[in-house]
Amino acid sequence: MAEINIQTVRKTFIGSKQPAVNDIDLTVANSEFMVLLGPSGCGKTTLLRMIAGLEYPDSGSILIGGRDVTDLPPRSRGIAMVFQSYAVFPHMTVYDNIAFGLRMHHASKSEISRKVERAADLLQLTPYLKRFSAQLSGGQRQRVAVARAIVMEPSVLLMDEPLSNLDALLRLNFRSELKKLVQEIKTTTIYVTHDQVEALSLGDRIAVMRDGEIVQCGTPMEIYSNPATEFIGGFIGNPPMNFLHGLLQRQNGRARVTVGDHVLEAPTTLAAHDGATVIVGIRAENIQAALQSVPDALAARAEVIEPVGSHMLITAVVGDQRVKVLTRADFPVETNGSLWLQPEWDKLRWFDPETHREIAAK
Amino acid sequence: MNTATVTKPAETGAPVVRRRARSRRHMLGRIGLYALAILITLFMLLPIYLIAVSAFSPQAKIYTFPKALIPHRSDLSTATFSFFIHSTGVPQSVRNSIVVGLGTLLLSTLIGAPAGLALARFFFRGRGAFQLFILSTRAFPGVILAIPLVVTFIRWNLYDKLLGVILVHTAFTLPTTILVMSSIFVSIPRDLEEAALTLGCTPFAAFWRIMLPLSLPGMAAVAIFTFVASWNEVFAATILTVKNRTLPAQVLASLNSSQLPYKFAGGFALVIPSLVFIFFMRRYLFNMWGRVVR
Repeated sequence: MAEINIQTVRKTFIGSKQPAVNDIDLTVANSEFMVLLGPSGCGKTTLLRMIAGLEYPDSGSILIGGRDVTDLPPRSRGIAMVFQSYAVFPHMTVYDNIAFGLRMHHASKSEISRKVERAADLLQLTPYLKRFSAQLSGGQRQRVAVARAIVMEPSVLLMDEPLSNLDALLRLNFRSELKKLVQEIKTTTIYVTHDQVEALSLGDRIAVMRDGEIVQCGTPMEIYSNPATEFIGGFIGNPPMNFLHGLLQRQNGRARVTVGDHVLEAPTTLAAHDGATVIVGIRAENIQAALQSVPDALAARAEVIEPVGSHMLITAVVGDQRVKVLTRADFPVETNGSLWLQPEWDKLRWFDPETHREIAAK
Repeated sequence: MNTATVTKPAETGAPVVRRRARSRRHMLGRIGLYALAILITLFMLLPIYLIAVSAFSPQAKIYTFPKALIPHRSDLSTATFSFFIHSTGVPQSVRNSIVVGLGTLLLSTLIGAPAGLALARFFFRGRGAFQLFILSTRAFPGVILAIPLVVTFIRWNLYDKLLGVILVHTAFTLPTTILVMSSIFVSIPRDLEEAALTLGCTPFAAFWRIMLPLSLPGMAAVAIFTFVASWNEVFAATILTVKNRTLPAQVLASLNSSQLPYKFAGGFALVIPSLVFIFFMRRYLFNMWGRVVR
């Protein structure tokens, strides 16, 4: 249990021009579950490996519990890591795998067996203690990898895409189990993933990374409903956030955005951008769809209708732009039928098409 | 109801026929495969078998041909073989061959394993060039080296010494050892080593507890190869020794002046240790991999 301070850490791999991690600052509070989320190649794994001590940063420093560990080898950092490939030692039994770290730290025999049994119990591995890795399923191997890490009672638990090699159902089950487990042991955790659903469901906070930088760091709901950039809005959420291009005009001190033939009311703070093109972001579930004409709504045509069980996903065409809308499952719309879309005004987000960043709204 | 029962056989009939056809094709494929395997096995086994039968025939019966497929009891005798074994220089040369083989194995592994590890795990300047250089030594014809080698060995007082032969055999086997070792180490996932590092291992401990046990089966295979290569090597052993000959050198030297029984027994003696060694090591290999397999 410890706070992690990452101070302007940079790492450029040999032969690469772009830094993999570009002067990142990040503080993870004691007992916090921090998710590093981003597409592949964004530097999230590199950052995790630097915290583990498996990569050495070019500059900057890393503090764990106030202690500068930048120059320490992995074994002296008080960390434990779960690898994407599980990395269960194939020539040892499950028991020996879990006990490995304790033996390396010269724990007594009775202590080892007590702790191993407890960890095995926690991860439902007790019946498999005498088996070898080759005799386990993928899910069981992943449990061994997690048991092997938590048995060390590390001050920091690092996880590198631990669920990505599991099949969908197993992933769903193990995800909630993992969340419960980490809440119980209260270890500071950094979890790397490219799966936004995992990030939203597991993290206390999410740091969204792109091109070696942290683009936004906040609670899952903050990031979901207030994405700092167009990229995050599009990356997080399924379906991704809708983006509509419109022209902003100032009228009587109020800002109006023309999307196709329609006019949306924008916050007055945007009035300064008179004459500029802006991007309006809105989530699919924040659009009310109606079959009859509604004042102030965008007229649209339902191009594709996809029932997804709990909801109906409609791809609607507004002017020449496409919008995804989520409605009730029994919404009686027909393909190519007319629709009126009414965005929830307080859920509209405004982005600059040049920088792709959010324009200061409220 | 009625129509259902009528159409049912027709529905299932087609797939059954197709399945039969597929299984017949499958059968033919397997027969072909086995025939090929038997052919290859015979190609390897027949000469060995003939040499073995001749080596254990009474001296008088060696010249008879064709041989019985399964020799009659009266046709078996250890006389020929024991004649060979007790010939002048043979017991000593067998001992020499074992010493040279084991020495080569040891030296080659001691140098080759770290070199292979370096190639597999570390990025250093000139790594590619080094790899190419190792391979290029294999392309160099050893015969050209014969005279300079003998001269140098006489000067260094290594001529007609087993150590000299060990050194040359090590030089011969080292390129293969290094490259195979490096591919063995490469095949062990880096994650395993890193997991060990995060669990409290020093880099050396991680190698000792993770890399080494996992590379053992592969190392055993390389060891077999090295030993057999040394055991069968004739050229260097012949030119570098006079009195302290290894078995192949000894057999070669007396080949022209010896009788047929001696040749058969000598050939058998050369083949058998390699076969036995491979046979046992191979079983050991399969056992190891069966357990270690990912």
